[in-house]
Amino acid sequence: MTTSAEAGRRAEGPRVRWPRFKLTQPQREEITAYILISPWIIGFLWFTLGPMLTSLGLSFTETDLFTSEFVGFANYERLLSTDVTLSLFWKALYNTAYYVFLSIPLTMLVGFVIALLLNQNIRGQSAYRILYYLPSVIPGIASALLWLWLFNPEFGIINWLLSLVGIAGPRWLYDPKTAKLALVIMSLWGAGGNMLVFLAGLQGIPTQLYEAATIDGANAWRRFVHITLPMISPTLFFVLVTNIIQYFQIFTTVYVVSDGQGGPANSTMMYVLWLYLLAFRQFRMGFASALAWVFFIVIMLFTVLIFRSSSAWVYYETEIGEGRL
Amino acid sequence: MSDTTVPIRTLRQSKKWNERLQAILTHVVLLIGALIVMVPLAWMLSTSLKPPKQVQKFPPVWIPNPVMFSNYVRAVTIFPVPFWVFVRNSLFLSLSNVVGSVMSNSLVAFAFARLRFRGSRILFLVALSSMMLPQQVTMIPLFILFSKLGWVNTYKPLIIPQFLCNAYFIFLMRQFYATIPRELDDAAKIDGCSILGLFFRIMLPLAKPAIGIMAIFEFTGSWNWFLWPLIYLSKMETFPLAIALQQLRAAHGVLWSELMVVSFIAMLPPLVLFFIAQKTYIQGIVMTGVKG
Repeated sequence: MTTSAEAGRRAEGPRVRWPRFKLTQPQREEITAYILISPWIIGFLWFTLGPMLTSLGLSFTETDLFTSEFVGFANYERLLSTDVTLSLFWKALYNTAYYVFLSIPLTMLVGFVIALLLNQNIRGQSAYRILYYLPSVIPGIASALLWLWLFNPEFGIINWLLSLVGIAGPRWLYDPKTAKLALVIMSLWGAGGNMLVFLAGLQGIPTQLYEAATIDGANAWRRFVHITLPMISPTLFFVLVTNIIQYFQIFTTVYVVSDGQGGPANSTMMYVLWLYLLAFRQFRMGFASALAWVFFIVIMLFTVLIFRSSSAWVYYETEIGEGRL
Repeated sequence: MSDTTVPIRTLRQSKKWNERLQAILTHVVLLIGALIVMVPLAWMLSTSLKPPKQVQKFPPVWIPNPVMFSNYVRAVTIFPVPFWVFVRNSLFLSLSNVVGSVMSNSLVAFAFARLRFRGSRILFLVALSSMMLPQQVTMIPLFILFSKLGWVNTYKPLIIPQFLCNAYFIFLMRQFYATIPRELDDAAKIDGCSILGLFFRIMLPLAKPAIGIMAIFEFTGSWNWFLWPLIYLSKMETFPLAIALQQLRAAHGVLWSELMVVSFIAMLPPLVLFFIAQKTYIQGIVMTGVKG
């Protein structure tokens, strides 16, 4: 009653009935929540959803910074053309796939093996952990330059080591045949990133499982196959998904080692590098947008494939029932 | 009797020996791995301190003789812009983004973790799936927009987005809030604490470790950031260290001592930060990687 009395006092002349602005607790909570998440909503609309849709629109145009012209599906047709003077799409896709499908299994394998070794309560575990993770915090440009120097055909350490065992080293990043292989080797240096995630996953496996299996007479190999692998499979899954997204986007390394050219003979022309060159060197932004969308679709395809296959090889404990999502 | 005890003892001994042998083998493998990780860095340091004649030499010289600390001075003064400008730019970029991330994500994640509102599940799923989006799909329209706004060659395109959240950090913070017992919320509510009071007085102080993780990740990420600064910054006095290093590589690709000096300087802050806060760092990776 007090509210209407106050409202009456405020209103001059004819009695105005002010809406009662008394909110219930859940309503107040809801409004506060929307206010609190508004930075994310604004950011999402401004920096993600809006640009995404715009780039879809742009992909049907020929656009530079000043003019724009609708061209229908011409960009996509051109993109998928096998004529290398028109489109490097297949080349760039092949290069990127080569890198992704060699690097990911290798870095995952190396990371997993190191994690297994470290997980045996080995002395100095934390020191090893720091050492192996170290390359992951170094700026991409610095490690790319460092490896460019290590791979130097005349004065680099790698060919020196090879010469010690009597092998005449290749020209690595200066030879189209070996350039991508060199990139894969470089990526192995960062295997410590995956190692850390695997190690955390391994440490989360309850030791009772191993004890029970040992009592039942399971040897080390069987314990590995029947306990470690199923229990670590969610972590493998997580690493695989994040690695796919991350490795497909390789840019800094190739930009640095090829001096922004993708050479020699386009052998390190990775997808994102080509996209960058088209959009920000040649300002063919419509074409580059089509490129970006095809890229997005390719990555999505792989991600969906992994998600779909996950029920066959990822083991989830009962926690899926209590999962918060 | 006596012939049963002997085999058991030898069995036990051989088992012990087996274990010891296994431990030694493990260490050998791990040490070789550690060597492979460290040798490139040693080579970097060695190159950065070599007199010019020893840089391009085969077989390689490992210990520079004499040790040329003057390389550092020469490398730093090779740019037409004073070197401290790059350091200042990198620091400015990284610290601004740390402030932006901490402010925005801790609040947003709190709402997602603790408040009931319609659409919260869907919105959170949208945030999660936006993490998987390759940034290339938004890069071009954003560049057109920012260049029309006159933001090219400023730090606005690099900083403002970080003040408007990052899905990965929202996820990280929400994971952490989920570990704080809900009884605390209830107790605070009974004591008449408002929602914002709950956030500032209870959740935020308890979430300090997660905020530390976020700050460290954001600092390192911004410091090492390459693609966006490369797109938006073209004037040398606006370059952060990473882009300055690229500039040096483009201009003097064969000055290996100088390149290694600047590479070494550029990697020092994230490296030092990692050494100081390695526990926090590792905890952060565990939090997003395993419970995810």
